[in-house]
Amino acid sequence: MNENNNIVEVVGLKQYFRVKTGFFRRRNLKAVDDVSFAIKKGETLGLVGESGCGKTTVGRSMIRLYEPTAGKVIFDGQEMSKRNVTHMRRNMQMVFQDPYSSLNPRMTVEDIIAEPLIVHKLFPKKKDRHAKVVELLKLVGLSPEHARRYAHEFSGGQRQRIGIARALSVDPAFIVCDESVSALDVSIQAQILNTFKKLQKQLNLSYLFIAHDILVITYMSDRVAVMYLGKIVELAKTTEINRNPIHPYTESLYSAVPIPDPITARKSQRIVLQGDVPSPLNLPSGCSFRTRCPYATEKCAEETPPLIDRGDEHYAACWNR
Amino acid sequence: MNMQGLHEKKEGVILSVRNLSTSFFTGSGEVKAVNGVSFDLEAGKVLGIVGESGSGKSVTAYSILQILTHPGRIVGGQVLYKGVDLAKFSQRQMREIRGEQISIIFQDPMTSLNPTYTVGNQIGEAIRLHTSRRGSEVRDRIVELLTLVGINEPQKRADQYPHELSGGMRQRIMIAMAIACEPDILIADEPTTALDVTIQAQILELIQKLQDELGLAVIMITHDLGIIADMCDDIIVMYAGSIAERGSADDIFYNPHHEYTKGLLHSIPTMEKTDDMLIPIAGSPVDMLAMPAGCPFAPRCPSAMKVCMTDMPEELEIGDGHFASCWMNVKDMVMAEAGEQHE
Repeated sequence: MNENNNIVEVVGLKQYFRVKTGFFRRRNLKAVDDVSFAIKKGETLGLVGESGCGKTTVGRSMIRLYEPTAGKVIFDGQEMSKRNVTHMRRNMQMVFQDPYSSLNPRMTVEDIIAEPLIVHKLFPKKKDRHAKVVELLKLVGLSPEHARRYAHEFSGGQRQRIGIARALSVDPAFIVCDESVSALDVSIQAQILNTFKKLQKQLNLSYLFIAHDILVITYMSDRVAVMYLGKIVELAKTTEINRNPIHPYTESLYSAVPIPDPITARKSQRIVLQGDVPSPLNLPSGCSFRTRCPYATEKCAEETPPLIDRGDEHYAACWNR
Repeated sequence: MNMQGLHEKKEGVILSVRNLSTSFFTGSGEVKAVNGVSFDLEAGKVLGIVGESGSGKSVTAYSILQILTHPGRIVGGQVLYKGVDLAKFSQRQMREIRGEQISIIFQDPMTSLNPTYTVGNQIGEAIRLHTSRRGSEVRDRIVELLTLVGINEPQKRADQYPHELSGGMRQRIMIAMAIACEPDILIADEPTTALDVTIQAQILELIQKLQDELGLAVIMITHDLGIIADMCDDIIVMYAGSIAERGSADDIFYNPHHEYTKGLLHSIPTMEKTDDMLIPIAGSPVDMLAMPAGCPFAPRCPSAMKVCMTDMPEELEIGDGHFASCWMNVKDMVMAEAGEQHE
């Protein structure tokens, strides 16, 4: 057992991919570059950023769907390695984005939910397994009769519930939710978000909640980490990051969110960033945001700003703010 | 048909859709994708159509332009553009309308652009087709348009292919094509859904700027209530092919009179961090092949009554230009009248 109440810690995680850039040329794509954070027991950490910023890669490297280039993932005081990965995954599960491609169309719902139990050799008796599946279906708001059906018979929201039941089957303490509601319609999205919250209270779960939708992140998270081009640029409590964003990227990202309230929308000023995100294969020197940053100075081009605590556990990586 | 009258700019209502119905005749039956939709678009205004997937918001737009794919077709109603019914136009007549009078931009700019032609060439096609400009005049207009939509180095960009540009830039190219012939109406069908938040902000800003400068009327189709609140003067809320409610932005957000609109507004998280749970709409979207007899929202509606299951509610005017199709309003009205008589 560890003393600091963290369920999972990520230390200096790096995930590089070798990609072809020419006939013979190969280069490193730095999808995740030196990312560290910790998640407390029963806490939700939101991970937000735009496409290609590496937020999904962080989630996938954490549960070792990729072999990390460098860095450590420590779960409940125990470091994850190649050897103990199966054992560790009993405590760390994932709910995927696309409820259509993440469920095997040839398996019944019961087979899908029971598969992790078989992998981890839990409930060896078939009868017990079935009882567990029924319990899980009820837990996520489906009915036991659904067990014998196939995934294609369900709507997107129901499929996502099946995905959640599968993740919960092995009683994990920590779940990575990778854009788990972004494929769903607004009314169904609210159902699933509430299910996640309810389960968290009931089972004392911790989440890494990955999403690009800032309203969803705000609703779900206790703390939020903002990523840009493979690095965390800001990390703070949700209310703190909403009210006082420090990093210029966070500031413009949050101001760009269309607020579903006409009066607020008329008053608010968007900070519109110029230009596009640079290619992750050809990162700018120093701070990778400097090419779009209105406050960039010479120092930003020379040195990468470190992620520093600005008081009250509000971390930001910027030279000028 | 007299096409001359179409070129005059007018004030007031520019497009008036009356009782429009569009169905898809699939192997498993008729899908009433749009079912008796009526609304007006005023010149120079932004009208938002909001709804979930399958609500018929895109099919409404495609019906206006008659770009429906097989097996869909308009089965009834009128699309009155400056008093002329476009629903009766042949495909050939529609070619004079599309691009020149009414333009559309789509969700995914990559699949809407031809990968084998330069973007300049593709913008030029619209110009050559609809105007008398030729040769260097076309080129000048392309560069002018690219500058207008905020593309740096327009001379260079005009000779590039779509794959050389980013998603945001491609959407700018689409917009340049759409406004090339100075149309009266721009239909934007989920124009920023495929884009990141910061790029989305750029594109929304651009559409607002062009709308202002060119006096365009815009139909903004989206599932995002944030974009609707941000951009639109008037709003239509669609559910299962019908209009649930329509009115000004303030009517819809601050005085909703349809249970579906209320449900939608309760379902979205806000920017303020609270511990309150969201109030989702129960159940799943309707099966369009087996539509309920009455109000399509009745099976999910928290205040559904007996009549909701059997009869489709009529559209009722709640206030000036604010309409809702919900039996609850009829009930309230009857109760109020009964109360008056009692006194």
